Amino acid sequence: MPDVQEIQIRDSAAQAAAVAKSLPQPMVEDLQDMQGEKMVLNMGPSHPSTHGVLRIVLELDGEIITKAVPDVGYLHRGDEKIAENMTYTQFIPYTDRLDYLAPLANNVAYALAVEKLLGIHDKLPPRCQYIRVICCELARISSHLLGVGCFAMDVGAMTVFLLTFTEREKIYNLAEALSGARFTTSYTRIGGVSRDTPPGWCEAVRKFINEVVVNINETETLLTRNKIWVDRTRDVGVISKADAIDFGLSGPNLRGCGVNYDLRKDQPYLCYKDLEFDVVLGEVGDCYDRYLVRMEEMRQSVRIIHQCLDKIPGGFDNASKEPVNVADGKIVLPPKNKVMSSMEELIHQFMLVTQGVNCPPGEVYFGHENPKGELGFYIHSRGGGTPYRLKIRSPSFVNLSILSHLLPGHMMSDTVSILGSFDFVMGECDR
Amino acid sequence: MNATELANKLREKFGDIISPPSEFRGEVSVKVAEAERIVEVCLFAKDELGFDYLVDVSSLDNYGEDPRWTVVYHLYGIASKQYIRLTVTVTEERSELPTVITVWRTADWHEREIYDMMGIRFRGHPDLRRILMWEGYPYFPLRKDFPLAGKSSNLPEVAFSKPAPMEGGPFVTVSGGNDSIAREPRVRIPGTDSVEFNNRVEARSDNKETRGQAFGPGPIEPKK
Repeated sequence: MPDVQEIQIRDSAAQAAAVAKSLPQPMVEDLQDMQGEKMVLNMGPSHPSTHGVLRIVLELDGEIITKAVPDVGYLHRGDEKIAENMTYTQFIPYTDRLDYLAPLANNVAYALAVEKLLGIHDKLPPRCQYIRVICCELARISSHLLGVGCFAMDVGAMTVFLLTFTEREKIYNLAEALSGARFTTSYTRIGGVSRDTPPGWCEAVRKFINEVVVNINETETLLTRNKIWVDRTRDVGVISKADAIDFGLSGPNLRGCGVNYDLRKDQPYLCYKDLEFDVVLGEVGDCYDRYLVRMEEMRQSVRIIHQCLDKIPGGFDNASKEPVNVADGKIVLPPKNKVMSSMEELIHQFMLVTQGVNCPPGEVYFGHENPKGELGFYIHSRGGGTPYRLKIRSPSFVNLSILSHLLPGHMMSDTVSILGSFDFVMGECDR
Repeated sequence: MNATELANKLREKFGDIISPPSEFRGEVSVKVAEAERIVEVCLFAKDELGFDYLVDVSSLDNYGEDPRWTVVYHLYGIASKQYIRLTVTVTEERSELPTVITVWRTADWHEREIYDMMGIRFRGHPDLRRILMWEGYPYFPLRKDFPLAGKSSNLPEVAFSKPAPMEGGPFVTVSGGNDSIAREPRVRIPGTDSVEFNNRVEARSDNKETRGQAFGPGPIEPKK
């Protein structure tokens, strides 16, 4: 499957040539001006609608795209190489910088992958599982708010962007209260989370999800039946079910095409099997469907968080002192006061900090339903505290590979809609 | 039907080139002995066993072992909800195997990435170019004999060539210098850490001069 796609539309140059051929010679010279030639347009790497540093080399015939060659890698930092040279715990901050619009979800995905390697992924304490699910769903709301906001701004609806960013600000405040950082949270640890929820945090989350629903409804009134929005997105960038699976799309982009594939349902992890939510599916697979899927997924996330808050073991303030980490001194750091006063804990602390968690030899793949799609970690371990190879299967990278197939035949201005509807992040794509 | 049963079906069809399925943490892996027949195996897995979704293709550098490369395919069946992992090994001299792009088009970028990072070529790939590194970059950075600190390249003005701020400090990596882990050697676990690896690389007599340089395909010429 080449990047270069020949399409059926006859371009004006070919049409003009065909006309010229049938004319007597003297007239051909007059017609020379009619024959257009294709123009190559470099879109990006710094373009407002490429959301970072994606470059697409477009070949245009008039306003119609005849060929599109995406060029990625401008943000490549060698995360996989770096991971091979540090302990499993030390890599957690690097996962913040993958999809930097949903760091909490990346932290959970990575921690679960390492826990799967250790064989403790189904033995996590219930409170830890609920906190992690709340984190993932907050990250999903945050990422989709940004996705929809930027998508709308790219096609000219500035107000939506301001509206959704107001809500994202509140999620950042929650992340700050939880982990101490607004953006680079590094909240999870192997075998648990870095700390329990602070006092009043669960109440704040409840307040926030009640507010965000109002905001989502308001956003819908601005967009869903907006004539300009519908004209710019409906039947633009249509992907068939078969193509979506063939190109390995995942997340809202895949479900927008009507493929029922959601890892939270299909490969349940954490406490998702105890929670009720719907998998949102589109029908047509166009930009409009991908937008609708994101809007509804935010509502489903709100529904999940409500259930989590109702069911969270230990209640809002953890009165019954439920643990948030697995009770294994060889995996989780002991409490500081124990380190200072007890020999065994001191040794555990020293070994964990200097050598990392001792993982068994073996290989695991864990796929996590991230806001952008399936974020997978493939870990090949040969024992010890560092991975032998860590491969990151990033949803944005795989989602973008369909562009060279999808863009040809569309108008130049549709590129902006299609890119907006894909909601990709280059930090994750380039790793 | 669970993944082990599906793997056994694969074994029934292809016989001894498929290893008995092994299970670890609930994941089923099979080794495919002949890299040349991977397309056939994948096509059968897709059409007959319902593995319609190629999740990922990745690669391993078993440095110091023979065969050197392992290519790992993660397959998923959307209807059956089963994962299976196929692994094939490729020798360093050969460094080539057929592309599965004819089976799943998503293999396109995955294979380009493997080529870019490890230098394994995919025969029949229509557009095997570098994807993350730039066109003309001479090394394959995910190989184990490529140092973490990088190697200085002779491309003036392309890469950052002025001294970095705080250069010489403890947290600044200088290309061609020591890895951060060698400068502050805390993780010393035999067989896994990079200190040990660096020693093994040093000990390998045949490549003292060419340490970190490309084996197999050799340096890539910039496209005309």
